[in-house]
Amino acid sequence: MFFRDLQKVLKENIREYGMYIALFAIMTIFTITTDGVFISSRNISNLLNQTGYIAILAVGMTLVIVIQHIDLSVGFLSGFLGAIAAIALSFWHIPVYVVIPLLLVLGALAGLITAFPVAQLGIPSFVTSLAGWLIYRGALLLVTAGTGTIIINDNIFNAIGNGYIPDIPGLSNFLPEMHKLTLLLGVAAIMLFIKSTLSGRKEKQAYDFEVLPQDMFILELVFVSVLIALITWVLAGYNGLSWTVVVVLLVVSIYHFVTTQTVVGRHVYAVGGNPEAAELSGINVKNITYMVFGSMGMLSALSGILFASRLQSATTTAGTLFELDAIAAAYIGGVSAAGGVGKIMGSFIGALVYMSLTSGMNLMGIDIAYQYVVRGAVLVAAVVFDVATRSSSK
Amino acid sequence: MGAPILEMRNITKEFPGVKALDDVSFTVAEGEIHGLVGENGAGKSTLMKVLSGVHAFGTYTGDILLHGEVQAYKHISESEQAGVAIIYQELALIPELSVYENIFLGQEISKGLAIDWNETIKQTAVILKRVGLDVNPSTKIKNLGVGQQQLVEIAKALHRNVSILILDEPTAALNEDDSENLLRLLREQRAQGVTCILISHKLKEIIDIADTVTVLRDGQTICTLDASAGEASESALIKYMVGREIDNIYPPREHEISTEVALEVKNWQAYDPQLGREILKDINFNVRKGEIVGLAGLMGAGRTELALSLFGNAANYRVSGEIFVRGTLMKFSHPHDALVAGLVYLTEDRKGDGLILIQDVKQNITLANLEEISLRGRIDNNAEIKVANEYRRSLSIKTPSVEQKVGNLSGGNQQKVSLAKCLFVKPDILILDEPTRGIDVGAKYEIYTIMNRLVQEGMSIIMISSELPEVLGMSDRIYVVSGGKIVGEMPAGEATQENIMGLATDY
Repeated sequence: MFFRDLQKVLKENIREYGMYIALFAIMTIFTITTDGVFISSRNISNLLNQTGYIAILAVGMTLVIVIQHIDLSVGFLSGFLGAIAAIALSFWHIPVYVVIPLLLVLGALAGLITAFPVAQLGIPSFVTSLAGWLIYRGALLLVTAGTGTIIINDNIFNAIGNGYIPDIPGLSNFLPEMHKLTLLLGVAAIMLFIKSTLSGRKEKQAYDFEVLPQDMFILELVFVSVLIALITWVLAGYNGLSWTVVVVLLVVSIYHFVTTQTVVGRHVYAVGGNPEAAELSGINVKNITYMVFGSMGMLSALSGILFASRLQSATTTAGTLFELDAIAAAYIGGVSAAGGVGKIMGSFIGALVYMSLTSGMNLMGIDIAYQYVVRGAVLVAAVVFDVATRSSSK
Repeated sequence: MGAPILEMRNITKEFPGVKALDDVSFTVAEGEIHGLVGENGAGKSTLMKVLSGVHAFGTYTGDILLHGEVQAYKHISESEQAGVAIIYQELALIPELSVYENIFLGQEISKGLAIDWNETIKQTAVILKRVGLDVNPSTKIKNLGVGQQQLVEIAKALHRNVSILILDEPTAALNEDDSENLLRLLREQRAQGVTCILISHKLKEIIDIADTVTVLRDGQTICTLDASAGEASESALIKYMVGREIDNIYPPREHEISTEVALEVKNWQAYDPQLGREILKDINFNVRKGEIVGLAGLMGAGRTELALSLFGNAANYRVSGEIFVRGTLMKFSHPHDALVAGLVYLTEDRKGDGLILIQDVKQNITLANLEEISLRGRIDNNAEIKVANEYRRSLSIKTPSVEQKVGNLSGGNQQKVSLAKCLFVKPDILILDEPTRGIDVGAKYEIYTIMNRLVQEGMSIIMISSELPEVLGMSDRIYVVSGGKIVGEMPAGEATQENIMGLATDY
């Protein structure tokens, strides 16, 4: 009975679980091939920090692709805005608390500018964002022309990409090798997860709606809880949660909530699924287009901040190919090029898969040439799997 | 009159739930112009699709004989090879290519590996002369008028040594001069021995030009008349076309129409910048509370355009005039404004701009009024399922669950989902555009019953329909639309299919 249920649940949701299974498989393979170095606390912590700026872009790109558009300008936009941040901090001595919000606003404005010809004149976003790609690349070279690489000395700014959340003071004797606040947060996350899942199930039952069978439900609870516990344990073994991870988790949670729970999110998917039908349903397709590109621009700025902060400097090539990495991550994560389909969580996992490949192969000392080939193969495999399972799922 | 060039014997074609053609037999003699008439949905287009192989051999029963030999087309290219050419109402030319490129598309004259453009242009000039079209062969199609484009299509067909030329509503989009020109060309081609099947709603034109006329109704051949002997008068044709008995396919309703006017439209005009012409002129009409008003007319008369222009100008026309909702002058700049004012539009093209096929039933039903099931912008998923299930019950939508993707439902059930979406807006005025198109008789009856229930509850319905019996059976009052104008208004009691058709076909 238990295994029949398990088989049924897995079969019905193979598309959804496929990516988690793929991530798990990739991590297992690399753990074996690197004699466990891959799964070490230090490596996982680094991996997450490296994934940060791509994951942030992939989240925004998901929505752009969902509404049947593309934004190629985000890579150099993030590089350019990172350089602006460096200049503002190092040359103009503007406080970091002003610089960061200002950059986010600038990013959002840049997104709106990309969207303007798309929404008003129906010009393909591929073209307008390609123009943006060229323009921001030029702008990045221009602002770094005199100085070359700009070093950032602001400690607070640099902590975003390199720092970790502080530990609880005065507990140095208890679990000395572990980051206690991270463990505490992990426990809190597990409790929150169990509580919300339980109450969601109760509510559904109150309406007499179909819910997972009891054994499957318990399995799901245990599985996810153990997963959170493991990740927490691994991270706590190094320096704990990094600020980058905190930022990424915040962004992913907010976007996940907006896309799955809110009216605005539903409107985005409606526009992606059938723009004409959405328009006739009273949804302003233009406004949705502006909003999605605006959010993409803002996330590009955030990505630029994370990257500049991680390098503690702005370079002339910052942001190169970020846009393609983000698009690849989104496609690996199950976003459909035809529009209307794609999940934030999927793209986040897609970014993790993508960066795990890089990290694992680097550890194995594989030549960069082969790395590109492998990444390409994984991208095709993921999309083929997605298309093949789409027809069979409901 | 020559021997039969084409015989279609006992053709039956079924779609899921609908018998589109029921034992149709149809014979065309060589060298004649054969008129094919019938109401929308009578089966004319389906018959021609069977003939041309769009509906492949094996998906229908019956035989097609061309020159006395049985044909089995699996694809449209095979019928083209055999000399059957169809020219559709929507022309199949490539606008960005020149006249000669279009005419020789797929039949390019080659010299070695390259195309011999000089020879192509030379031959094109000859063909154009044959159809009496005086344009430069290098002109791009998009720079030609609709009438000229039609001639290019005919030239293309003639070039392919066509033995039967089929024209589907060739003059629907043409003005009088172009129509005359086209008919003259058909006569000339007849004199040269080309056989032609002409489908048209314009009965005068059919009577004028056809040698023989076949009438289809409800997927059956009603009669074949010898027009050259004067058998096909307009009144005779109309009688045969619409002479269906209306018994109990329309559920009776008892309701009182209030004197309160729910919607009034005054001096409404619309200009379509894409077509570059005025599409609606001097429209004045009203709908009262609890009333079903039918908008009758032929396809292309401007009824859908009227609905879209009223519904927040969804098609981006340039509009002028006044809309009053319950006596208040309204200004809609987006469909959303119209929805807020209590006006909702059910599209005629549920797959194209009605439903989101990749989303499930509940998401489609709630899409236009998510505010109703959400609190501070957050959707209550359980309330949504509840709402969707209520509509699933009240409209008897047949689906395994409200989480089923709409694309997997049958046409009738998709239509009900579409309707549920409109109803969830809680409208006062419902515009239904071809509400029963492409759905079977049972589902039609259910939709009619729902419409009756809605007007009894005080809703007002504007029903656009190309099916005359439906207009007569369901409306309280009927407006006839033709050429972007309202050409007649009558209470349903005084309306007959004959007088509506008379107004609608009077060009």
